[in-house]
Amino acid sequence: MSSPRFRQTPAADIDVSLLPTYVYGAGSMMWWGTMGLMLIEGTVFALAIVMYFYLRSHSLTWPVNRAPELLWGGINTAILLVSLVPNWLTKRAAEREDLPAVRRWLAVCLLCAALFLTARVFEFGALHTRWDSNAYGSIVWMLLALHTTHLVTDTIDTAVLLVLMITGPLEGKRFVDVSENAMYWYFVVGSWLPIYAVIYWGARL
Amino acid sequence: MTPAAAIPQSNPVLDRSWSDPPGIIGWLSATNHKTVAMRFMLTTFGFFVAGGLLALIIRLQLARPDSKLVGPDFYNQLFTMHGTTMMFLFAVPVMQAVAIYLVPLMIGARGIAFPRMNAFAYWIFLMGGLMLYTAFILDIGPDAGWFSYPPLAGPEYSPGKRVDFWAQLITFTELSGLLEAVILITTIFKLRAPGMTLNRVPLYVWTMLVTSFMVIFAMPSVMLASTALITDRLVGTHFYNPAEGGDVVLWQHLFWFFGHPEVYMIFIPPLCFMSSIIATFSRRPIYGYPVMVLAIIATAFLAFSLWVHHMFATNVPELGKSFFTAASAMIAIPTAAQMFCWIATLATGKLNFRTPMLFALSFFVILLIGGLSGIMLASVSLDLQVHDSFFVVAHLHYVLLGGAVFPLFGAFYYWFPKFTGRLMNETLGRWNFWLMFAGFNIAFFPMHIAGLQGMPRRVYTYPAEMGWGMLNLISSIGAAILAIGILLFIVNVLRSRRSGTPAGADPWAAGTLEWAAASPPAPGNFSIPPVVASRYPLWSEGGVAGSVKGLVDHRREVLVTSVLDAIPNHRATLPESSIWPFISALAVTVLFVASIFTPWAVVWGAVLVTPPLVAWFWPKKAATQRNLQREVKP
Repeated sequence: MSSPRFRQTPAADIDVSLLPTYVYGAGSMMWWGTMGLMLIEGTVFALAIVMYFYLRSHSLTWPVNRAPELLWGGINTAILLVSLVPNWLTKRAAEREDLPAVRRWLAVCLLCAALFLTARVFEFGALHTRWDSNAYGSIVWMLLALHTTHLVTDTIDTAVLLVLMITGPLEGKRFVDVSENAMYWYFVVGSWLPIYAVIYWGARL
Repeated sequence: MTPAAAIPQSNPVLDRSWSDPPGIIGWLSATNHKTVAMRFMLTTFGFFVAGGLLALIIRLQLARPDSKLVGPDFYNQLFTMHGTTMMFLFAVPVMQAVAIYLVPLMIGARGIAFPRMNAFAYWIFLMGGLMLYTAFILDIGPDAGWFSYPPLAGPEYSPGKRVDFWAQLITFTELSGLLEAVILITTIFKLRAPGMTLNRVPLYVWTMLVTSFMVIFAMPSVMLASTALITDRLVGTHFYNPAEGGDVVLWQHLFWFFGHPEVYMIFIPPLCFMSSIIATFSRRPIYGYPVMVLAIIATAFLAFSLWVHHMFATNVPELGKSFFTAASAMIAIPTAAQMFCWIATLATGKLNFRTPMLFALSFFVILLIGGLSGIMLASVSLDLQVHDSFFVVAHLHYVLLGGAVFPLFGAFYYWFPKFTGRLMNETLGRWNFWLMFAGFNIAFFPMHIAGLQGMPRRVYTYPAEMGWGMLNLISSIGAAILAIGILLFIVNVLRSRRSGTPAGADPWAAGTLEWAAASPPAPGNFSIPPVVASRYPLWSEGGVAGSVKGLVDHRREVLVTSVLDAIPNHRATLPESSIWPFISALAVTVLFVASIFTPWAVVWGAVLVTPPLVAWFWPKKAATQRNLQREVKP
């Protein structure tokens, strides 16, 4: 059944009974809700980075301790960037409503999540400073902790969606949820890049 | 002929599907936007009364010199609680509370976007407020001022838990406020009636859209700042500790980057309470719709470039201060543009001086005085002279009460018939208005003079030799008159709710869509959703151009339309009522409160919070089955 679409805003009685009951992307309320949350969290990240440089401008030595090791941060950045691929495939599969592919790629995403959460533990260990050492340590920990919170929540979201995709109950709009979860993942990866640059290269340049 | 959509009709099937379930569980599961909004408004008003009572104790204490009524420690808690309550538990949230009632009705929608999140935001707000007042009753109320500057608010000068409760209150209220902002933006962008292009959106809805974006960009700043403060206090971070490379002025930047826009989050929604009231009681559309919309947007942008004018007494570079002086003066331009549009509307309209109109008109007097003292304070040299004096107290109350509280009371009189189906008493309303107006000016005008004579704010008493006794006595008498005015409002609400004149759908013969719904609106708002073709659909011929057919009545189905032109896009089904938002809010409260006492609460609290959130999301079999029956793929 093909549903009739409206091309312009109506000025008379209309019948909407044949319109779709869900859509993907910017047409859906879910997309706007996710965008709103991303805007809020993006603002938090931006302000935390401003705090970093504000504190740096007030300090004679920076970093106050040895700069953080590049190894674990580099590994984690690589994992996060690689995870974009299964995530993109999940999003595509969701929008095709290809359930087996959604399950498969969601599972791969979850595996990536497990990997970067593990690497994150080592990353904290390789910072060479503590949150209570000095203001430099505080802001570096704050940046990394803020981002880690997002990693954890998105990992939980992905796990819940995977279970739902396996057990049901399913309907079409659950694929919209998968698609929006993928968009949020893009944001978590995208916001990491400036934070990575600040934590690792802000301490070196 | 009036189109069917413009006349409220009863539809029992629709009413049942949009009603919240009965019983105590049902009560806790409510997600209807009007139910949540009504609770939200009552809660914020409760906090307004509580904050007002604290202010009365302050005025009682200051009424005469050398008063021993309260000691300095309790006095510190009093003014901190008063400011915190009014700013965080009343002024910003009440605007959102009114909006979640009115916005869906004004845009012709049956519900609000993300109704469960809306309920969650309310519960979080309520629990945050209750936490603060519980702490206050237990003598651990915050005492470092409503903006809690370190080092005073830091671990060294404020040991104990008082400031921690303040910092967590910020987390509660800002979380709630941010969620409401996302809900309102999505509702306004996606749930407008077909035909309601952005160019036809009611001015009030425009203000809420702009305000919600301001919330999104401003509130994260104070959340981040207060998180840094609480970690400084609890786990030994050094954000604000100069001895370890931190900086106390960082707090002021972060706080006022939020705090100044906050003033406009409080002030912008009432601008279009004004626009709604003035249009209706002048019997004509507001003059200069594009000017009004652009002025609101310009005000919002400028509001983010003013924060340093709260910090003229710090070591910010002088050149920077000049920039902020200029920006502060510039905000007068969009404000004046709006004032002139209203004056043009009033000058060419047929005026009807009912109570809502009186409150709206008082704005012109009170806000003008507040604005003028604001321009004075924008000058660095003058600001340094009167900084931290009662002059500032007078200024901020003129701006906030004139700019927000008086229009808000007008708005209550105006929309009360929509909320309850009954009009408020006009005679009591006039007494209410004139007592508030007189009381307010008697209370706050003398504070300008006290400030210029050098009386500092936040001192619990003053010696008789200073000669401030008479001014303070007058202020206290004014405060009492103001309180009587507000008491009359409460009496009027209680009486009119039961025995007021029945209002009918559109008692003021107003022009916007909320007046096309019944009073009070049915659970599903519009039994026949309208198609609109005008900014004031009920005023212009063919303003309601038709109706939307094809939305089913036995489910919570809404029509989702496009952002710019409100072109019908799809039919979405809003979720059923659920108790999980309430339980999730309880779990989050445990996390937030426990983390005041141990940082590990963040870890085990997260474990506690996750299951209810998953349960909230997890679809029910029966609901999914019903959805599948009607599913139409994109």
